[in-house]
Amino acid sequence: MSLLTIEGVWKNFGDHSVLRGIDLEVRSHEVVSLIGASGSGKSTLLRCVNLLETVDDGAIHLDGQEITDPRVNVDDVRKRLGIVFQAFNLFPHMTVLDNVTLAPRRVHGVARAEAEERARELLDRFGLGGKAGSYPDQLSGGQQQRVAIVRALATRPKLILLDEVTSALDPLLVVEVLQVVRELKEAGMTMILATHEMGFCREISDTVCFLDGGVMLEKGPPEKIFTEPEHERTRDFLRAVLDSGRL
Amino acid sequence: MTGRPQPGDEGEGQPWVKSERQHERERTRRSRARRSTSIATASSILFVVLVVVLVTNAPGWPRVREAFFSPEWFVRALPDVASGFLLNIKIFLIAEPLILIVGVLVALARTVKAPAFFPVRALATLYTDIFRGVPTLLVIYLVGFGLPALRLQGIPTDLATLGIIGLTLSYGAYVAEVFRAGIESIHPSQVAAARSLGLSHGKTMRFVVLPQATRRVVPPLLNDFISLQKDTALVATLGLLEALRQAQIIATSKFNYTSYLVASLLFILLTIPMARFTDHLAARTRRRRA
Ligand SMILES: Nc1ncnc2c1ncn2[C@@H]1O[C@H](COP(=O)(O)OP(=O)(O)OP(=O)(O)O)[C@@H](O)[C@H]1O
Ligand SMILES: [Mg+2]
Repeated sequence: MSLLTIEGVWKNFGDHSVLRGIDLEVRSHEVVSLIGASGSGKSTLLRCVNLLETVDDGAIHLDGQEITDPRVNVDDVRKRLGIVFQAFNLFPHMTVLDNVTLAPRRVHGVARAEAEERARELLDRFGLGGKAGSYPDQLSGGQQQRVAIVRALATRPKLILLDEVTSALDPLLVVEVLQVVRELKEAGMTMILATHEMGFCREISDTVCFLDGGVMLEKGPPEKIFTEPEHERTRDFLRAVLDSGRL
Repeated sequence: MTGRPQPGDEGEGQPWVKSERQHERERTRRSRARRSTSIATASSILFVVLVVVLVTNAPGWPRVREAFFSPEWFVRALPDVASGFLLNIKIFLIAEPLILIVGVLVALARTVKAPAFFPVRALATLYTDIFRGVPTLLVIYLVGFGLPALRLQGIPTDLATLGIIGLTLSYGAYVAEVFRAGIESIHPSQVAAARSLGLSHGKTMRFVVLPQATRRVVPPLLNDFISLQKDTALVATLGLLEALRQAQIIATSKFNYTSYLVASLLFILLTIPMARFTDHLAARTRRRRA
């Protein structure tokens, strides 16, 4: 059974339709990538799944529950999801440890000692063992992004949404963050990632979705999308990316 | 993961030995710093001397000195004015936390978007609009003379309490606006990050937005509190025997105004530590950022 089902989702900003009837299924342990030009609606789709945006039509089901129903408690839904933003969005007034334990303690009611123990475990696992007491502005971009990923993992979400987690980083730091995502896949995490890293996308995804002007133009296994895409638009996009040297 | 070299790891290399050029540079910097200090000292002394010469040579100076700077009257006025000043301090210490509470609550009320809270939001807006517009002195008059006149059960009639209520109402509106500006200065992505972790609006405010906002508004808040320390003198109009009122009594009955100087000095003594504390906090924030 699929963990997440998106059916005919529309999202408008004013009279501009940013998502135009998106359909997508994500099974447990599956890694789904969203690719597409800037402005094609990747971030908006992830924000809709997280209920940071309300959809204007269609429905999203998580674990069989319709989360786009206005009667559901958004905080309950978000407890089961993790999202990592392009700009990290760590809380600057808290140490790394406090950033990571905030949600477990204040939302999930985990005791402080237990939350900190799990946080330290996760930080160690992602090479941040010595940084628990640091403040975000004392870390490199790559370290901050890894903390953001650990923060999203700390509540044991069923699904993680990664929104261009490497696009604010320089190449050397990209490598370390991508390694974290690889490890998550090996651990069986279900993920949806919006990305511009085509090589990585091809390597890690089970399914690749090409978004074009708010339409899910094409989706399929990476070999198919990257070698024999059906649509002219997909070919154009991939060629443009190839020319810019990102494949 | 841990075995991989991390960016920012220390590379191998020679330890630093300060070069002769760097020694020379530092000598030049030191001698320049000494020269700036001497120039600053000299110009300050010159300035003070000029002002003193100008004032003491004014034709009315002997009379002013007698009326405002009489050592004898200074000593005689000090006990009464100082004991009145204790009341100012007491009013300040009680009003300050109350103002903070009112300020935070009103600012928070204005951020709640839920429709059920519309009346609360409207009331908070109305409150800040009204009490920022009405002069503090007028608020104190209205509360001090108006409230007891209602003769309602449970309404305090103690003048100090009424004065504190008046100050709280007036300053609460300013402080609410300061907090609101602080809350609005926190980038929406911080709220999105907190909400996406499952924190409710309230918890997002409490753990993420307010702590950051408070840090940002500490300097303007302290400024408001310095001004509150002075404005405790406004309750004199209700007839409370605080420092200004005591000084007034002495001045009008004895025709010597040195008591005003005493009161001024006491207020300055109270506000200076607060001003230095504000500077200290600002400096600490700067160091943290660096
Ligand atoms: N809050 C908003 N208000 C109005 N328009 C918005 C808002 N958020 C996004 N948009 C618009 O929606 C469109 C899709 O934006 P989105 O951020 O989803 O694109 P994206 O595919 O993530 O692009 P990128 O690769 O640059 O991150 C853009 O045209 C953007 O201007
Ligand atoms: Mg985006």
